[in-house]
Amino acid sequence: MGTSTQALSGRATDTQAAADFDRRNLDWYVDKLIAVIVFVCGISAILFVLGIFFFVTKEGIGFVFEKMDFREFFLTPYWSPSDAEDPEYGILALMAGTASVTGLAMLVAVPFSLGAAIFIAEFASGKTREALKVLVELLAAIPSVVWGFIGLVIMNPLLIKWFDIPVGLCVLNAGIILGLMAAPIMTSIAEDALKAVPDRYREAAEAMGATRWQVIYKVVLPAAKNGLLGGVLLGVGRGFGETMAVLMATGHAVNIPGSIFDSVRALTATIAAELGEAVVGGEHYQVLFTIGIFLFLVTFIINLSADLIVRGIRKG
Amino acid sequence: MVDSAILSPTTGTTTPAVDAVPPKLEVRDLTIRYGDAVALRGVNLSIREHEIFGIIGPANAGKTSFLKAVNRMDVFTTGMRVAGEIRFNGRDTRRLNNVYALRSRIGVVFPLPVGLPMTVYENVALSPRLRGIKEKAELDVIVQRCLTRAALWDEVKDRLHALGSLLSGGQQQRLTIARALSQEPDLLMLDEFSIAVDPVTTMRIEDVLKELRKEVTIILVTNLVQQARRLADRTAFFLGGECVEIGVTEDLFTGEVKDQRTRDYVEGRFG
Amino acid sequence: MATANPTMFQASDLNHHNERVQKRYRLLFGLMTLLLITPVLLILGTLVVKGGGAISWEFLLTAPTDGMRTGGLFPALLGTIWLVTVALLLSVPIGIFAAIYLSEYAGDNWFTRTINLAIINLAGVPSIVHALFGLGAFVLFFKFGTSILAASLTLAVMTMPVVIVATRESLQAVPQAFREACWNMGATRWQTIRRVVLPNSITGILTGVILEVSRTAGETAPIMFTGAVFFTPFLPQSVFDQTMALSLHLFVTATQVPGIADEVPFGVALVLIGLVLTMNSVSIAFRMWLRGKKKW
Repeated sequence: MGTSTQALSGRATDTQAAADFDRRNLDWYVDKLIAVIVFVCGISAILFVLGIFFFVTKEGIGFVFEKMDFREFFLTPYWSPSDAEDPEYGILALMAGTASVTGLAMLVAVPFSLGAAIFIAEFASGKTREALKVLVELLAAIPSVVWGFIGLVIMNPLLIKWFDIPVGLCVLNAGIILGLMAAPIMTSIAEDALKAVPDRYREAAEAMGATRWQVIYKVVLPAAKNGLLGGVLLGVGRGFGETMAVLMATGHAVNIPGSIFDSVRALTATIAAELGEAVVGGEHYQVLFTIGIFLFLVTFIINLSADLIVRGIRKG
Repeated sequence: MVDSAILSPTTGTTTPAVDAVPPKLEVRDLTIRYGDAVALRGVNLSIREHEIFGIIGPANAGKTSFLKAVNRMDVFTTGMRVAGEIRFNGRDTRRLNNVYALRSRIGVVFPLPVGLPMTVYENVALSPRLRGIKEKAELDVIVQRCLTRAALWDEVKDRLHALGSLLSGGQQQRLTIARALSQEPDLLMLDEFSIAVDPVTTMRIEDVLKELRKEVTIILVTNLVQQARRLADRTAFFLGGECVEIGVTEDLFTGEVKDQRTRDYVEGRFG
Repeated sequence: MATANPTMFQASDLNHHNERVQKRYRLLFGLMTLLLITPVLLILGTLVVKGGGAISWEFLLTAPTDGMRTGGLFPALLGTIWLVTVALLLSVPIGIFAAIYLSEYAGDNWFTRTINLAIINLAGVPSIVHALFGLGAFVLFFKFGTSILAASLTLAVMTMPVVIVATRESLQAVPQAFREACWNMGATRWQTIRRVVLPNSITGILTGVILEVSRTAGETAPIMFTGAVFFTPFLPQSVFDQTMALSLHLFVTATQVPGIADEVPFGVALVLIGLVLTMNSVSIAFRMWLRGKKKW
């Protein structure tokens, strides 16, 4: 160690250092300031959610308190807001429209996305797996207005030709479109849930001589149950809240559907289609905001339950 | 500094020659809790300037918690609570306006080497930069000096701009030491530095420490009893959150102990 | 695997049977994956075939003419660029700071869980409810009118979770040991974030930002009543102007313009989807490149 003669430092003496311990320098204040800024941005998400609820309620509350008859609103299917004499605001048919389309979409999307997730997570490997994951991610990125357009100009004529029906804008059309839309998201959430199952579970089962499918069916799926359910719930929330695609693919007719070939109208699409014509502050306008409150609350509950269910696995 | 300050209740060793040096670090009734669990209870000790103070003891003895408390890392550790008094250069570290200034005077080396994901040069220049040194020439001098002192310069001088986090384990540990030295510390704390390092590097680092003791005070937490014997002037034995004994290192190894547990541990009967 | 497999020495009938079952399931799930992906690829192919003819420099760089039946989509494209830029200027800084709070400052407690729940909800609330919020808050209450500013604010609130989630993930990928090493040297939290955490997660954050560009560009409902209009002969001059937008232009040309040539909306759809998928591909490519050059 020929270098030991190099002194370690010419730094402050002990007394100066001791003074430093008390002096709050610029860095100290910058740090405090950033902590405050970052905190404010952190809680902004909460503020925005509260803000959404507040402003949507603010615009719609007038109707809820003054005119709204809960029984009529939720339990009658008559929706004729632009009737000058006696406008009717029953959202039952709209709810039926939303429910039928979302239900059919889940029927399409849940088995296929679960199957795809199992394939990607448990069977595919290497390049195939990577390619499929990228593809699924890209599919999830297609904007909803493009999906609506596809329903309108591609699915519509196809359905008319295949099923010999007069109009192809119906529950089936919107259901398929919504299903294809929700599937990539549900696939990637389900795949995450399957991947979250520790490999030692699989190894233990395989060591006992179980086949790959037995391992998946008996071990992996039960262990990933909550994550999968959470994924399905998020898919339901997605379908329930989807606007442009259902606006363009359902046919937009107020109707309680009797078959999958009936046209329907969804809650979200109603707002999108009618808000432009409604007079600001008028009754129709307030009713549309009231539907907004309803949509907000339902999706809030769906998201909350999905979150609680998914967190269930992390804790357990 | 008042000489009597050195008379801490448990040290007992009050040779006048040693008393003449004012204490670097003085700890009174130090108790550390994590939630309800007590990691360290009622520790009293004082560390003199320019000594190597060894701390030995089995796992969960509270050694690392002790270092964390000295460096005021309790502020950044959720659930960690520290009671008692820690005086550094005579200042109560619990009553400082700027804990960062305190930490910048104390260098820490961890059990597992942590090369920051930046170049070797940046690793060593980081601390000077945090202090506001911007000039390249000045930084160059500091980097070379610290790497040299850490016995790493010859190995890395041609790849100062390669990633520090991709050096070998032994090199990373010396890089960590160089980084601690770049703080121009008053106190250097090493926490079981040789755990992830080969024996040759361990010996090299030990040589470095022997050189450094001329300029800095060193706290050496170690799981290797013989390492403490090789390096430390005085050694404390921690066991289960308690400071069992503090004494001149050689005394502990020649059996001049007050507590039977110390003898057992030093002679390898447990731990 | 093959040599060490004990089943090699067992009765091979059972083994063969298992292998067959195994193959069958693999085929089944593979088919399901294919069935899920093929229609979408066919549809995208149709878009390219039918819309490809419409794409030209003229289509991209001129305004619609003849009641939007002919001409290009330039004002819509420009409008989307305006909307996305302003929205990102607002949401990216807030989103990144929010993610920094969640990753670097927040403890594991009910308060943090509430923030997380709020983020999930921001992403999960129907886009039309965001539109109502934008109308009620930015257009009417804050009196921005239907303008780029109001529409971009609405978009910013809606898509912020994308940037928060991506940023938080890449911040948390930086090992804790690096932070502790830095703190122990006397760095403040912010110095640690700026000098060690951010430089090592910035590419991941950028991935999230690109993803948000794509999300924002594709949204339609939130801008319908807040700032985007079906048609305007004027190009936007400031954030207080109304504007056309690509996504809304697709809706309009597909549903509101009688007698329009099929080619036009297909062309618009192709441009929109091309924009969105390019952004996403860039983001994915970026992420893969990133995975290749780990620093620890």
